[in-house]
Parts: sequence; C-alpha cells; structure tokens
Amino acid sequence: MWRYRYFLTSKPVKQTITLTVNGCEHAIEVEPRELLVDVLRNHLRLTGTHVGCDTSQCGACVIHANGASLKSCTAFAIQFDGAELTTIEGLGQPDKLHPMQQAFQQHHGLQCGFCTPGMVMSALDLLDRHQQPSRHQISEWLEGNLCRCTGYHNIVNAVAAGAEQAAALDTDKTA
Amino acid sequence: MYPFEYHKAQSVEDAVAQVTRGDDGKFLAGGMTLIPTMKQRLASPDLLVDIGQLDSLNGIRKDGDTIVVGAMTTHATVERSPLVNAHLPGLAQLAAVIGDPQVRNRGTLGGSVANADPAADYPAAVLGLNASIVTDKRTIPAEAFFIDIFETALEEHEIITEIRFPIVKNSGYKKFPNPASHYPIVGVFIAVTDDETRVAVTGAAGFVFRCEEAEKRLAARFDAAALEDMKLSHEDFNEDIHATADYRAHLIAVMASRLVESMR
Repeated sequence: MWRYRYFLTSKPVKQTITLTVNGCEHAIEVEPRELLVDVLRNHLRLTGTHVGCDTSQCGACVIHANGASLKSCTAFAIQFDGAELTTIEGLGQPDKLHPMQQAFQQHHGLQCGFCTPGMVMSALDLLDRHQQPSRHQISEWLEGNLCRCTGYHNIVNAVAAGAEQAAALDTDKTA
Repeated sequence: MYPFEYHKAQSVEDAVAQVTRGDDGKFLAGGMTLIPTMKQRLASPDLLVDIGQLDSLNGIRKDGDTIVVGAMTTHATVERSPLVNAHLPGLAQLAAVIGDPQVRNRGTLGGSVANADPAADYPAAVLGLNASIVTDKRTIPAEAFFIDIFETALEEHEIITEIRFPIVKNSGYKKFPNPASHYPIVGVFIAVTDDETRVAVTGAAGFVFRCEEAEKRLAARFDAAALEDMKLSHEDFNEDIHATADYRAHLIAVMASRLVESMR
C-alpha cells in the first residue's frame, strides 16, 4: 500500500547521463527505471532496435555496448552512463550497407525483418570472436535470437557469407 | 516497472552503506535475473545499488593452487580466460553454456551464486570444486552456502566479493538444457582430485547437491560403465512441465556418463 501512495505522490527523480551512440555524444535526462532500449527508441528516435518480447528471450533489441553485444531491453540506461553504444543505425546506410547487412539481403536472411537488427548485431559480435565461424558455431551463437519467419536456414547462410565478406575486406585493408 | 532510486557504488563499503537507505534496497550486478523479475513485478526494490562496474570485484587471477574469480566477472570473461581454461576446464565449459551470448556478456558469477536459482549452472561448479565464497564479511565454504531454493548462507546486504576455486586434476560440466531457456533441466559437474571424485548436480532438486552414489562408483572406477544401472531416489526432485522427478533422476546418470566419457 505504501508503494501505491509513493507511486502517486512522488515525482520521478531524473538524472542526466551521457551516451555515445554510433559516434555521437548525447546528454539525456532519464529516470532510473527507463530501459536502455526505450531511451534509444523514445529519446533518440533510433527505432532500428526493436522490442520483440521484452523478456530478454527474442534478441530483437541486441546492440553493442563498449564492444560487447547485449539485450537492451534487459538493462537500465542509467547503468550505461559514459558508455559507447552501437546500434543497427551505426553500421551502414541504405546506399552503403555493411557487409553483414548486405549478406542478409543477398541470402534472403529475413522475411518480415523484425528480428533482423538483433540478428545482425549478434552476428557481428560472433565475428569478433571467430572470424570464420562454422555453421555449428553460428547456430549456437544465435541461441539468443528468435526468428518466427524463415526457420533460420537462410539466416545462418547469411551470417556465414557475411563473415566471408568481412574477412575479405579485412585482407584488402591489410594488403 | 515501479520507480526506484539508483546509486552507482564507488566501492564495496559504499555499496553496503548505501543499500540500507532503502526499505527494500537491492544490489544490481549483471541484472540478468533481477531486471526481468522487476519487470514482472515479482520484486520491486525502492533502491538499486549498482555494483556491476566495481573494478575491485572484477577479474581472474591465480593464487597458488587456487583460481580466484571476482564476483562481478562475467560468464563471457570466465569462458574465455586462458587461466581458467588451463587449470579448470570444467569451469570454462560451464560458463560457455550459460543462457545465450548476450546473457554471458552481462551476467556475473556472484550474481548467479547469490541468487541460487535451483536451475542455475554456476552452483554446480562451486559445490563440485569445493570452492570458498568470500564476502565483505567472511569466507563461506561451498558445503555450507546453498541452503534451499533461492536461499543461501548470505545475510541481508552481504556482498560476495570473490570465489576461490581450488585447482583440481580434472574437471568437466555437462547439462541437458531446456531448449527454450538453456537453464539446465539437469547439470552435472565432476571434479577429480588426488583424494576424491566429487559429483555436483544442479537443476534436479531445490538446490545444488552432491550425488554420493555416483561419487562412490566413480571413485572405484572412473568409467562411464560404472554408472550403468545407477538408480537414484528422486523423492525430493523437481517436477514440472519440462520433466518428471523420475526423468531428472535418469538424466543425472546419463549426463554423468557422457561427462565421464568426455573427461577420460
């Protein structure tokens, strides 16, 4: 009961945090209870990161924070004060897609596209660990990403192809 | 979600001092259990003290014949640690199969052990390796730590700072995961030392326990065949939509056999 009164009478305490998202620094006023994904979508209007289940199962909200992938529906924005975030918007532009995005397009790694931002962000975290992942490693890695359309076959194809293209680009750069 | 106050702890002392300000203050580690619980309103703390980013609680080191893992070390860090892989392969195997990659990037050893979910993976390694749980107040042996479902020897607002895992001759972990959540329906950790073979089981009962029958058989002969026809009493085992108690008892023998096979 006291909590109900608290809910009615207290004003949310906001704090200002700094997030560097896709290279741009933002100072944002947030309530502690605001989820990272909600801040990205509602405050910064970066709506490429999706909310599918809101229970940390589907992975549509996967982004990178300080280089590691996470489910942004299961984190408070306030925990990330000072962090560097990358969302799907930070990878490529419609006329210049990231190799992994291109691979999803070429291999029909999506149908409705709702899970795709999370799939792509998760796949890129895999490439940080294994430059040439096996099909088994890819399907194990995508454990935390659900797709209800394609049955995963083409998604695994796309990640494998994206990995090859990314590796080829790396070789070009070092050559 | 109900509103709450947030404090980012500067040190363990600061965390302990701050958390008592709330009527129901809680520590926030990786948040992989607490945040979903708060969303479902199964918990509604009025104050969260974030200890997840305390450097003093993070990291892995070798101290003599012990591997010491800081409480806020993520599963991904344990999984990839050269020290853990070299000295305690079972612990690395276990960390590598918790949840999914995103959970492993955020979830922490201390958070998992303090929460003591009956189906958490880490308690199997803590009990199997006979580890010591070091808190801001004392050191608790694994045997005295897990008390019941979601219940540990920790006092209110006591923080796990590190867990000390003795290096053993051989170790391994295998689980039968729930295909949806990847929580173990049954998980078995085996540690072989000079003196004994320890078999710890998670997922099967209200909290992690040692399977003495399997230990006895494996001490006599470390061979999967030694576990054949092992029938365990399953009176206290969990029963749910995923598996009956009888099935869980059967799975212990199956997972232990497969694990022994892979460890030889």
